[in-house]
Amino acid sequence: MNVLGLYNYWIVVVLMMTGFYVVIAQNNLIKKVVGLNIFQVSVFVFYISMSKVKGGTAPILDPGIQVYGNPLPHVLILTAIVVGVATMALALALVVRIRHAYGTIEEDDIDAQEEEP
Amino acid sequence: MIAEHLPALQVVIPLMAAPLCILLHRASGAWFVSLVASWCSFAVAVALLGQVQAGGPISYPLGDWAPPWGIEYRVDMVSAFVLVIVSTIGAVVIPYARASVEREVPSDRAYLFYCMYCLCLTGMLGIAITGDAFNLFVFLEIASLSSYVLVSMGADRRALMAAYRYLIMGTIGATFYIIGVGLLYMMTGTLNMADLAERLPAVAETRTILTALAFLTVGISLKLALFPLHLWLPNAYAFAPSVVTAFLAATATKVAVYALIRIYFTIFGGIDVFETMAVREVLMGLAIVAMFAGSLVAVYQNNVKRMLAYSSIAQIGYMVLGISIASVTGLSGGIIHLFNHALMKGALFLALGCVVLRLGSAHVRDLDGIGRRMPLTMAAFVLGGLSLIGVPLTVGFVSKWTLIQAALERGWWPLAVIILLTSLLAVIYVWRIVEVSYFRPVPEGAADIAEAPASMLVPLWVLAGACVYFGARAEQTVTIARAAAATLLGVSP
Repeated sequence: MNVLGLYNYWIVVVLMMTGFYVVIAQNNLIKKVVGLNIFQVSVFVFYISMSKVKGGTAPILDPGIQVYGNPLPHVLILTAIVVGVATMALALALVVRIRHAYGTIEEDDIDAQEEEP
Repeated sequence: MIAEHLPALQVVIPLMAAPLCILLHRASGAWFVSLVASWCSFAVAVALLGQVQAGGPISYPLGDWAPPWGIEYRVDMVSAFVLVIVSTIGAVVIPYARASVEREVPSDRAYLFYCMYCLCLTGMLGIAITGDAFNLFVFLEIASLSSYVLVSMGADRRALMAAYRYLIMGTIGATFYIIGVGLLYMMTGTLNMADLAERLPAVAETRTILTALAFLTVGISLKLALFPLHLWLPNAYAFAPSVVTAFLAATATKVAVYALIRIYFTIFGGIDVFETMAVREVLMGLAIVAMFAGSLVAVYQNNVKRMLAYSSIAQIGYMVLGISIASVTGLSGGIIHLFNHALMKGALFLALGCVVLRLGSAHVRDLDGIGRRMPLTMAAFVLGGLSLIGVPLTVGFVSKWTLIQAALERGWWPLAVIILLTSLLAVIYVWRIVEVSYFRPVPEGAADIAEAPASMLVPLWVLAGACVYFGARAEQTVTIARAAAATLLGVSP
């Protein structure tokens, strides 16, 4: 098992778990959104790094080149980035509305306000 | 000419309607556009089901790029059936929406509501029709993002927090799903579902594929609110506008169940995941817990919307139970419950929407004697409730009967007992509402309230009537569901 040779996956897993942990552990709604973003970005890195072909070059057709990287995951990730941006924008807009309605963006404070009838 | 492009039109019509709603900028105009779009979608879905029944599965290469390179829309029995379910609910809910939205959504935002409604419909129809694993993710997110917005439009400020939590959980689910798809792509180099099905058996023994299956299962389970990943659902349903609750409860989770079926029986169709990868034990265990926990918690709810939301979690348990049995009868039980649950939950939430329109509340304490004040609405509610319990001659009976048959076919009689026991729990929570609304006096000094307007009663009774009609004449739906299950399992019906 070549641990170092798989370093791109290690980066992906560390980023993914960092993001996931932030989403679960943070109390601040904005920080949660940031964690969610890190979590998503780790998946982008995962897709992009898996499309690298050893010794391959950018997929631009040229008679002198035999080996190309795989462009398809890049295109998929362009779509996923758009989805990610939309999610982020919506999440932040919701946080703005939450702040207007509750006067705070700390989850505990919001829960405390809800418990008082 | 049009007939061959129906698969594309199915998605394009509501997609184009959404920006049109924005451009019109007026609630009435936007409402009319979404009315036309959702009725057209319904017509297209019915036509597609007819085509599939007559001539077998349809494959539509989008933009004329041949699959597996291009995106393929693929309509077989299952997807045609789900398309009909989603578009029926879409078409029934929209005439109802007008009066209800006027009351529950600020008038300057109503046109945005209809825009989001069209996008949500687009996403869900897209999930049902696409034959491409990554394209499914895109539609999943179109449907989810628009439903977060729809939920957040609820009048109560708690709707905002509910939408936020739904967004966090939903995005994690969708991201898990693309991790799974990425792992599959690594091993096979394809994203087309049929192509994946052919190439997967060769690499089935690897850990990568097992991991992919786990990610896909967890991701989609988050979207369909399978116990214990259901935490976003009760609040989202309880605080969303009534129309949204009815629409999402009847369609969103169904479409996610469909995606789960696609993963297990099409993408992993060449591998027996239920025997070799321990999927059965996990799914069946969670489904049984969901059936008990959902029903039990529902008994203790005082907000009727929340009560029905917990009951949805229990009902999702039945669908997943059908999938986990993985025989033709079991799977057809799951598929038929998709349709039947859409009808009954649609009817129940629409009835509740009528009550909210007149009373402004869906709390049990406010419902005293409501059966006498709004007789037509509550009669429909009772019909929906009877279906939920599974009384003979209602649709609920048909699904539960099929599921029990499937359990007995396999010789798993404890499962049959569990299905009966959880139905008894449904009796308790439905009876609570019946008792309050019919056997308690109308509180003194209560203002006179009128029945809901016809524009809301007619859609409500269409669904409530369908609960009885398809309960009494079950052959039609059972035949379709069995044919769908047989195609998925690759056997003759």
